[in-house]
Amino acid sequence: MSAPLLEVEGLRMHFFTKAGVVKAVDDVSFRLERGKILGIVGESGSGKSMTGYSILGLVDAPGRIVAGRIAQNGRELTTLDETAWRKLRGNRISMIFQDPMMTLNPVLRIDTQMIEAVQAHHDVSRDEALRRSREALVRVGIASPDERLRAYPHHFSGGMRQRVAIAIALLNKPDLVIADEPTTALDVTIQGQILHEMQALCRESGTGLIWITHDLSVIAGLADDVCVMYAGRVVESGTVDEVLDRPMHPYTRGLLDSVPSRNERGRPLAQIPGMTPSLLKLGAACAFRERCPRAQPDCAEAPLATRPAPGRTLRCLHPTP
Amino acid sequence: MSTAPAPLLELRGVSKRFDKHLDFAGRIARKLGSRISDETVHAVDTVNLAVAEGEVVGLVGESGCGKSTLGRVVSRILEPTAGVRFWKGRPYAEYDKAADRAERLAVQMIFQDPYASLNPRLRIVDIVGEAPVVHGLIPRREQAEYVAHTLGRVGMDASLLRRFPHQFSGGQRSRIGIARALAVKPRFLVCDEAVAALDVSIQAQVLNLFIRLREELALTYLFISHDLGVIRHVSDRVVVMYLGRVVETASAAEIFDRPNHPYTQALVAEVPRIDVRRRHFVPIRGEIPSPLDPPRGCHFHPRCPRAFDRCRVEAPQLREVAPGHHSACHLNDRPS
Repeated sequence: MSAPLLEVEGLRMHFFTKAGVVKAVDDVSFRLERGKILGIVGESGSGKSMTGYSILGLVDAPGRIVAGRIAQNGRELTTLDETAWRKLRGNRISMIFQDPMMTLNPVLRIDTQMIEAVQAHHDVSRDEALRRSREALVRVGIASPDERLRAYPHHFSGGMRQRVAIAIALLNKPDLVIADEPTTALDVTIQGQILHEMQALCRESGTGLIWITHDLSVIAGLADDVCVMYAGRVVESGTVDEVLDRPMHPYTRGLLDSVPSRNERGRPLAQIPGMTPSLLKLGAACAFRERCPRAQPDCAEAPLATRPAPGRTLRCLHPTP
Repeated sequence: MSTAPAPLLELRGVSKRFDKHLDFAGRIARKLGSRISDETVHAVDTVNLAVAEGEVVGLVGESGCGKSTLGRVVSRILEPTAGVRFWKGRPYAEYDKAADRAERLAVQMIFQDPYASLNPRLRIVDIVGEAPVVHGLIPRREQAEYVAHTLGRVGMDASLLRRFPHQFSGGQRSRIGIARALAVKPRFLVCDEAVAALDVSIQAQVLNLFIRLREELALTYLFISHDLGVIRHVSDRVVVMYLGRVVETASAAEIFDRPNHPYTQALVAEVPRIDVRRRHFVPIRGEIPSPLDPPRGCHFHPRCPRAFDRCRVEAPQLREVAPGHHSACHLNDRPS
C-alpha cells in the first residue's frame, strides 16, 4: 500500500504567550487519500484553521509545533527547512483563505501575480506562464479571462476575487489544497458555484482537498470524511454519513440539533448552553464537559481517542447512544 | 396573521437612490465633451411592504440587493428618495413633532457586527441606559436598576453592568445590542443580519432569544438575512429581493415549498442541507450585476435559465400567483 496523500499523526501546536501556553492544536490525527475531500468542522477557536496552517508550515512565533508528524506522500514535513517549504508551498500544497485579499496583492495586476506564481516553481517562458494562468481562470468559471488578467483585484467583486484566489491556488496543479472557510463571506449562489468547481476539480485531477468550515451543511454536501474539532482536539471523525447520521459525541450531536432547518419552524432551537472555553484555562479534562448534557465526574480525566467502529474515532467517555 | 385592519408598518412605492455627483475634474471633463455623468445607485426601487402587528417578516437576498438599505429606511436611519412610509396606518408626515419623536423610538434596529456597533469607550450601563434616560423614559437615578432589568431580559447577568464591550464574547455582545434596542421599549425590531457573525451554537441561543422576546414583549420583526435556514425558522412571511426590487413574497412555508420566481427557486435549491450528501452542485450562472448599471427589463434575466424576449425589455410587476403569494415573473403570464 502506498503512503496516503496526507497523514497527520498526534499533531500538537501550542502558542507560548505571556499569559500561558495555549494549546491551539492538541493531538490531532487524520489521513487523506488522493481525490478525496476531508471536512474539518469547528467553531471559532476550535483550532481548525491552526491545523491547516500547521500543515502548510505557516505557524509563526509565539506558536510552535511541539509534537506530531505530518507526512505528505510519505515525506515528513515538520522538519523541512524554509528552502524546501518554498518549493512545496503554492506548488504541491496550496491554500485558499477566507479573505481572498490575503492571497491577492492589491497593487499588482492579476496577470503579474499569476505569472509570478507559475515562474516561481517552473522554468517556463512568460508566454507559457500566461497560457497556464488563462487556463486556470477558465477552470474556475471566469468569463473573458484575457480581459480579467489585465485587471486589478479592486476591479472584481468578492466572489470573483475568491475565484481568482482559487485559480492561483490551482495554478501549479497541487496534490493538496487546504481551503479555510473560502465561501463563508459569499452569497449562497456564488458559494454553490465555487463548491461545484472544487468538487469537479477533485474528481478530475485527483487533488486532495481539506475544507475547513463552521458550516456542517456545506460539509454534508461536499466532503467524504469529516473531523469535528472542539477546543483544539478532534472530538469525533469518520465518514460524513456515519458522523452526521449517527453522531456519537454530544458536541456533534448538539451542533446538528441546533441547525435551524432541522428544527420545527418557529419553535425554540435545541441549543448548546454556555460558550466555548478559553484555551488558556484548559486542563487535561474533556473541554466540553461544562456544556455537556451527558457529563459525569470521570470526564475530568482526559478522554483518549478511541475507535468505536472501523474508520471512526471518538474522544468521549459517555457517547450519545 | 394579517387580520389587523391596518398594518403596523407599511411602505408604499418606497425608493432609495444614492447619487454620486461628479467631482471638479469630472465636471471639467464633461464641459470638454466627455460623456461621463453623475452615477446613481437604485438601492431600493419602488418597494411596497406591509408588516402586520406581531408578524415576523423575513427579508432575503444576496449582498448588494438593497435589503440592508430597506432595513435602514424602515428604521428611519435613512429617508426614502420617493414613496411614503405609514406607521399605524398614518404617514409619518402627519405626526406632530412630539408624537414623531415618540414613534421613532418604537422602531429599533439591531446591527450585524456585534464588534463595531458598540462604543468601545462606554460601559454597558451607558450603552444600554443612555437612550432611555435621554428620552425621559426613566430618571437617571434609576438607570442602573433599569439596565440590570433589561440585561436580565436578554439572559445576561446584572453584575456585568460596569464592564466594557471588549470584555465580552461575540454572543454576549449580540445580546447587549439587543438589550440596547429593547431599552427604549420598541414595538418593531429591524434585525439586520443579527446572527450572521455568530458561531453555530451561539447563533441558536440568540435565535431562541429573539423567539422568546417576541412572545414576551409582543414584538414585530423585520428579519434581514442571507441565511435561508435562519429565515425559514423565524419568519411568518418571506420577502425576496433582487437588485433593489421585491421579486417574490409569500408565507414562509409557501416560499420554501412552492417557490415561484426562478431566482427564489435557485436560492432555495442552493441552500446546503445536512441531509443532502455529496450532492452535485448545479449552480446558477453569474453573479448579481452592479446596481449602478442594472440590466433592462427583469433584473434577473441575464442569470435566468428560463428568460425569454419579453424579460429583456419589460420589468415584470408583482402579481398574485396564489392566495397571499406574489411573484414578479413574466413566466406566470405564459400558458404552461
